[in-house]
Amino acid sequence: MKSGSNLEKVLEAGEFAVTAELGPPKSADLDLIKKKAEILSGWVDAVNITDNQTAIVRVSSIATGKLALDLGLEPIIQMTCRDRNRLSIQSDILGAYLLGIRNILCLTGDHQCFGNHPTAKHVFDLDSIQLIQMVKNMRDEKVFASGEEIKNSKKAEVKEPRMFIGAAANPFADPFEFRVIRLEKKINAGTDFIQTQCIYEMDRFAEWMRQVCDRGLHKKCKILAGVTPLKSAGMARYMRDQVAGVTVPSYYIERLAKADDPKAEGIEIVTEQIQQLRKIEGVAGVHIMAIEWEQKVPEIVQKAGLKREA
Amino acid sequence: MIVAERKPIEEIKGFLAGHKRILVLGCGTCVTVCLAGGEREVATLASVLRLSGNQVEENTIERQCDAEFFASIKDLASSCDAILSMACGVGVQMVANVFGDMPVYPALNTMFCGTNDGAGQWSENCLACGDCKLGIFGGVCPVTRCSKSLLNGPCGGSVNGKCEVDPENIECGWQLIYDRLKTLGKLDVLAENAQPRDFSQTHDGGPRKLSREDVAQL
Repeated sequence: MKSGSNLEKVLEAGEFAVTAELGPPKSADLDLIKKKAEILSGWVDAVNITDNQTAIVRVSSIATGKLALDLGLEPIIQMTCRDRNRLSIQSDILGAYLLGIRNILCLTGDHQCFGNHPTAKHVFDLDSIQLIQMVKNMRDEKVFASGEEIKNSKKAEVKEPRMFIGAAANPFADPFEFRVIRLEKKINAGTDFIQTQCIYEMDRFAEWMRQVCDRGLHKKCKILAGVTPLKSAGMARYMRDQVAGVTVPSYYIERLAKADDPKAEGIEIVTEQIQQLRKIEGVAGVHIMAIEWEQKVPEIVQKAGLKREA
Repeated sequence: MIVAERKPIEEIKGFLAGHKRILVLGCGTCVTVCLAGGEREVATLASVLRLSGNQVEENTIERQCDAEFFASIKDLASSCDAILSMACGVGVQMVANVFGDMPVYPALNTMFCGTNDGAGQWSENCLACGDCKLGIFGGVCPVTRCSKSLLNGPCGGSVNGKCEVDPENIECGWQLIYDRLKTLGKLDVLAENAQPRDFSQTHDGGPRKLSREDVAQL
């Protein structure tokens, strides 16, 4: 085992993995973290803790991850390159590891112009691919980004942080032909698993997965397909028009617009999507990003027939 | 060239309060070409300041970034009690250096190293990183043209050749790199993982100096 995390065990055992997302609050609200963690606990193999998502200041992913861990939920801490340089990231990884965190998702990070501090300076000392390589080198080569060994003094024992390394992939951004090459770059850098951007265009995703399998990439890392349940036709249109790299086919929008209960219809749609995704070669699990709708995750998991205990 | 634009007139007037006689000093190089601080812009700004009651002298020298071009204006400068430089930030600092006992103010905001893209249009194209990678990336700079300076781009925010930061105005630098390398038959370059940058060669290593013995010995 590379890290010994629950997610790693599930994926290595060949089980269909289920991950979800827990967005930390935009205030020092412990109760909200507890509430979200309690909802998800027992229903997923691990949960992503977002890192100042969309460049909005929130409780730190590592702090929230530690709280989730204490509540019985395995965290995948997200780490972006936007807010930290290589010193800060490595220091945070050492700290996260000591707190018991074993999964990390390496991201470039949304540009600060989308968040609540658009006048901030961004960092991008590293990009996501360089970040993956750095975390892998810390684990497998037991060295810092500088090449220095991870030990406290010359005579001290090497004590490296051992993380299960994840990365994101967006099969729908441009240039389309480059998307699989970029995935391969992340795999070459050392990612153990991939979570994709939320998928609505199943045909395009299937085409991407075909390219992935043709290159044998599904055997080099585990691919979890991302889904986001839609609450309404309005949300579907927003996702289509406002979120870069997300396309929502009109038939879903029409279904939601016609439904008496759009929320129930949204759950129905995501359940169907998960069942379709399970049939695609190379898909090792599903990543459910229920945006500010964490309470629906247990229902989705049950309806989609993903075996989990309540 | 270095591209600059004039500061708001109120900000400029704010600098000049309390000064009796001002030298508006233009620069004949980059800021002349980008129509921000050459002879013509000096004349315009001088007229505006005269209208608001300032006593104004005007002059434009070849280059404000080089001390040797200041000899011709020494007397004129010493007849004034402040200099308003219409050069880039480099020129303003040289003026301060040459006229050690005189107040100097910037009339421009220095924007970037860039190209002229047509009438009234300029684009940033070089961040002077000190480690040019254009040879690898098909002549398109990822450090400058990508909003996140990614060396292993594009990120997920590239849609229809545009950058999500401002899809109306910013092209995705990585789409440009991809297209160029495709045309050149060199897409294989992109499969290689670019290593982290050495920022000690940039301003992060402190203000940079360049010494060349071959030139010093001439």
